[in-house]
Amino acid sequence: MIASQLSVFAENRPGSLAAVTAVLAREKINIRATTITTSDTFGVINLIVDDPDRAHTALSKAGMMVRIRPVLAVLIDDRPGGLDRLTQLLYQEGININNAYGFVLENHVHAVFVVDVDQLEKAERLVEKKGFKTLDTEGLAAVEPFHYRY
Amino acid sequence: MYWEQDVETMAREQLEALQLKRLKATLERAALSPFYGRLFAESAFNPSDVKSLEDLKALPTTTKDDLREGWPYGFLAVPREELVRMHSSSGTTGRATVIFHTRHDIEAWTNLMARCMYMTGMRRSDVFQNMMTYGLFTGGLGFHYGAERIGALVIPAGAGNSKRQIQLMRDFETTVIHIIPSYALHLSTVFGELNLDPRDTKVRMAYLGAEPHSENMRRKIEEIYGFKGYNSYGLSEMNGPGVAFECPHQSGLHIWEDSFFVEILDPVTLNPVPEGAEGELVMTTLNREGMPIIRYRTKDLTRIVPGQCPCGRTHRRIERIKGRTDDMLIIKGVNIFPIQIEKRLMGIPGVGKNFLIVLEREGYNDTMTVKVEVEKEFFDGDLKNLERLRRHIVEELKSDILITPRVDLVGPGTLPQTEGKARRVMDNRKE
Repeated sequence: MIASQLSVFAENRPGSLAAVTAVLAREKINIRATTITTSDTFGVINLIVDDPDRAHTALSKAGMMVRIRPVLAVLIDDRPGGLDRLTQLLYQEGININNAYGFVLENHVHAVFVVDVDQLEKAERLVEKKGFKTLDTEGLAAVEPFHYRY
Repeated sequence: MYWEQDVETMAREQLEALQLKRLKATLERAALSPFYGRLFAESAFNPSDVKSLEDLKALPTTTKDDLREGWPYGFLAVPREELVRMHSSSGTTGRATVIFHTRHDIEAWTNLMARCMYMTGMRRSDVFQNMMTYGLFTGGLGFHYGAERIGALVIPAGAGNSKRQIQLMRDFETTVIHIIPSYALHLSTVFGELNLDPRDTKVRMAYLGAEPHSENMRRKIEEIYGFKGYNSYGLSEMNGPGVAFECPHQSGLHIWEDSFFVEILDPVTLNPVPEGAEGELVMTTLNREGMPIIRYRTKDLTRIVPGQCPCGRTHRRIERIKGRTDDMLIIKGVNIFPIQIEKRLMGIPGVGKNFLIVLEREGYNDTMTVKVEVEKEFFDGDLKNLERLRRHIVEELKSDILITPRVDLVGPGTLPQTEGKARRVMDNRKE
């Protein structure tokens, strides 16, 4: 399954991220994960949210440059070697990772690794064939991050 | 102390008589060029009717746009085989103007350059390091020829490569340099990096040119290096350097009136301003064969310094240039028009609607940053593509304006706009 990542263009200066989160907070959109990649004076804020389409509309309306990018959200084991199993597989198949980040779903049980790759569909078929579970937007929205249990 | 005493100290009456004689000859020659031939016919102007210098005012001014329209040969007044040299204005491939010289013209220009430098005290025994770009730009070759004419030893160092410049200065005991003022300040920091004292050289004077600068900046450069700095003014349309130059009194630049007819006009009405008032410098070549130019609007603002100079020269003095009547930017000695940048940018896929040129002074260096809005549709969330776009813009601009600007990408609609018309330049440079 393919998940959606929001990518927001931002200038590399104080307040850029705050402007994005202010819109999402107002719209009551939940953020599952975020990373920022920066160049010299600008960067891209990547977000996994529970409702990407609504977030896209709200951020665009606020004058931001936003794109929804298809990514793979792969469920991995939250234990030593869990991520390595996945990355070795991608490496063997020659799949290049443009950007990646992860978050824990259930402490010592499951984590999600989000990968932005060149050959998305090939990568998806490959990891699913090898027994990995991939999550789509709904799947990501439904899972309960571990800290909600405390 | 005079290179040509008779000309430099000529009584005003005599000088004006010489001007009239040369003006008539210039107009006769100009009539042979396609541009002025047509202009004279349209204005029913007959050069042989000219009886006084005042009669010149019957003709309209010539602008840079006229020169561009006449590109390349529209202003030629001689057959092409008479030409020995061409120069082109700096930093403008898209909007270049080209100036052609005959052998006579190069000789005359060389003589003016020698006159300027001799006036400040350059002699055969001097070692002259010319730290200016050689090539289409007039600053390098103009000074080079003039210094050789005096008989000085010329080091054609060219621009840049600061460590080598310092090495050359020390190894060959340079006594005179020609340098862009902002670069002079930058170079002093390189002395520091090498643990050398900028005062510890044999350089006793510097010609500061190709860039308008303030009196304070000159004093600062003089203080750092412990030499005398002389202001040099010129523009490629009027040969290049050698148009006006300071004498040892450093109070205004003698403009060589045997070679140029000078008017100071109100830039809006184009009427003459009262003697001594500020206005736009407008010049007519009086000693050029290949490409005479009549009533040329320099777009430079200055005024005539009143009174006679104690040096004895009768050629009037202009004040250092105060500014421009157009939006031309001068960065590191390169002339840049915002429209050039706009033209380039708008041809690049991915570039949005607006841009902003920000000029800053970092230490002693002028920097230019171009903030460019990205087109919404271009953004696909991939930072690599943005980086590629940024590099592409840098390369495109560099190939046009000849200096490497910093380029920042910004989101669409984020740059300041005033009444719908984008503000293109923010000049944060301070003294």
